[in-house]
Amino acid sequence: MTKILVIAEHNGAALNPSTAKCVACAADVGASDIDVAVLGGSVADVAAQAAQINGVSRVLTHERPENDPAVAAILAPQIVAMADGYSHVFGPSTAFGKDLMPRVAALLGVNQVSDIMSVDGSHSFKRPIYAGNAIVSVEAPKDSVVVATVRTASYQAAEDGNSAAVESAAVDAEIPTHTRFVELKTGASDRPDLQTAAKVVSGGRALGSEEKFEIIYKLADQLGAAVGSSRAAVDAGYVPPETQVGQTGQIIAPDLYIAIGISGAIQHITGIKDAGTIVAINKDEEAPIFEVADIGLVGDLFAVVPELTEALS
Amino acid sequence: MEKIVVGLKRVVDYNVRVQVKSDGSGVETDGVKMSINPFDEIALEEALRIKERGEANEVIVVSIGASDAQQQLRTGLAMGADRAILVETDTATDALTVARIFKAIVDRESADLVILGKQAIDDDNSQTGQMLAAIWDRPQATFASEIVFDGSVAKVTREVDSGLETLEIDLPAVITVDLRLNEPRYVKLPDIMKAKKKPLDTVSLGELDVSPAPQIRETEFKPPEGRQRGVMVDDVAGLVAALKDKGLV
Repeated sequence: MTKILVIAEHNGAALNPSTAKCVACAADVGASDIDVAVLGGSVADVAAQAAQINGVSRVLTHERPENDPAVAAILAPQIVAMADGYSHVFGPSTAFGKDLMPRVAALLGVNQVSDIMSVDGSHSFKRPIYAGNAIVSVEAPKDSVVVATVRTASYQAAEDGNSAAVESAAVDAEIPTHTRFVELKTGASDRPDLQTAAKVVSGGRALGSEEKFEIIYKLADQLGAAVGSSRAAVDAGYVPPETQVGQTGQIIAPDLYIAIGISGAIQHITGIKDAGTIVAINKDEEAPIFEVADIGLVGDLFAVVPELTEALS
Repeated sequence: MEKIVVGLKRVVDYNVRVQVKSDGSGVETDGVKMSINPFDEIALEEALRIKERGEANEVIVVSIGASDAQQQLRTGLAMGADRAILVETDTATDALTVARIFKAIVDRESADLVILGKQAIDDDNSQTGQMLAAIWDRPQATFASEIVFDGSVAKVTREVDSGLETLEIDLPAVITVDLRLNEPRYVKLPDIMKAKKKPLDTVSLGELDVSPAPQIRETEFKPPEGRQRGVMVDDVAGLVAALKDKGLV
């Protein structure tokens, strides 16, 4: 019997869309039950959002003050207790899931299938390795629980329209005190979230400075887009790390991705290969980004980008 | 603290464009340049800086694999590690088994801190550090961009999707490092000579009494489906027209 437990990602108020993507992946596995576990301090609102996702059988909540905000070392033993009876435990391949799920897997005594990009069978999956230069088919052992993270860029979120039952779960787990949350500093921004934005405008090293990056923000705001960047731009200090797109940053799949002054190293391309339309603006016509771009424009970005912003206004 | 253990994984060099073998049995590694996983280099650099600040006494580098991995351990010694341990095995090792091997090393050495890369650039798994922390029943601080010690407590700033999160963890602990933590030093020739005299112990997997974890089998390797090269436009007007044509603006 295939029963899947999906670990919800949320910030205490809103469910992260990565959860509905995990549900979509779980649906591909062909489970008889897909339950969503919501752990937090006070989770009624988040649980109600999870209950709306199509395909969800039950939402299982577990509230305790230590669960807000989420800390992997504290959540993991509780998830292990909740995982009893499930054949699969899924979480998103976001910073939250990447931190948490391997800890859960190890406590359950299994390896993890990281970054599922497609489902071939109840225990067979495809995942990217070597920065997406190779795709490997993997088979998890049938006699133990499958713990996996879902590559969120590979899945469309399962839609709302459900009203699954919400139940409080009895969880008997000892939680550690050796790990304490201190603070979360978010880049205060009214712009859309990079992970979920339909449009993303990204800038690279060619921008030259934090000040000059301003033209990227202006174009993004004109389009209602999130702002991304290449590793080079982050390393140079033009933009904060959470904007980085690529193998070691965020993997995204917006409808429109505009890469500006980004040469297109394979490590960057792997973060955008599921984008709907890729636009590249670069002064070097030989830049590898043009190999994957649907629309390319060779030109000086300092002339082209303001002109584009103006043309769209 | 007394001892820091750092993991160094031998991987295909960052600059190599990896090719899938034509029979789909793996990726081509024959004659390909091998290096220390770049994240592990950052892990070692951080351990060395902690020691240089006087906050630790010894830095031990550990690699798991065939005898070739001695090259990467020698590089680690040349960077400044005090000694090296190679856990020799010819079988490919999965993340949980690697975590169990590290646990055995940590127990043997009574390590206070283990610093690992946040992921290896070959399998891109990002599991080992979290798994080690789990089976050791100790804190984990993954994706670290800043580490500060206050006695036996570490304050670690982590790169998460929404910004920077800070955790306070009690030692012993596992920290996995992100790109922005530091810039690893270059190895100088005299250091390479000195490194040849530093101890490098080889331990067989059998000696460590590690039970292998259930394996996830890799059945077939394929190159990714490529994106097609699209159209080039001459100017902004052409770009706007193309975007409107696709209904994107």
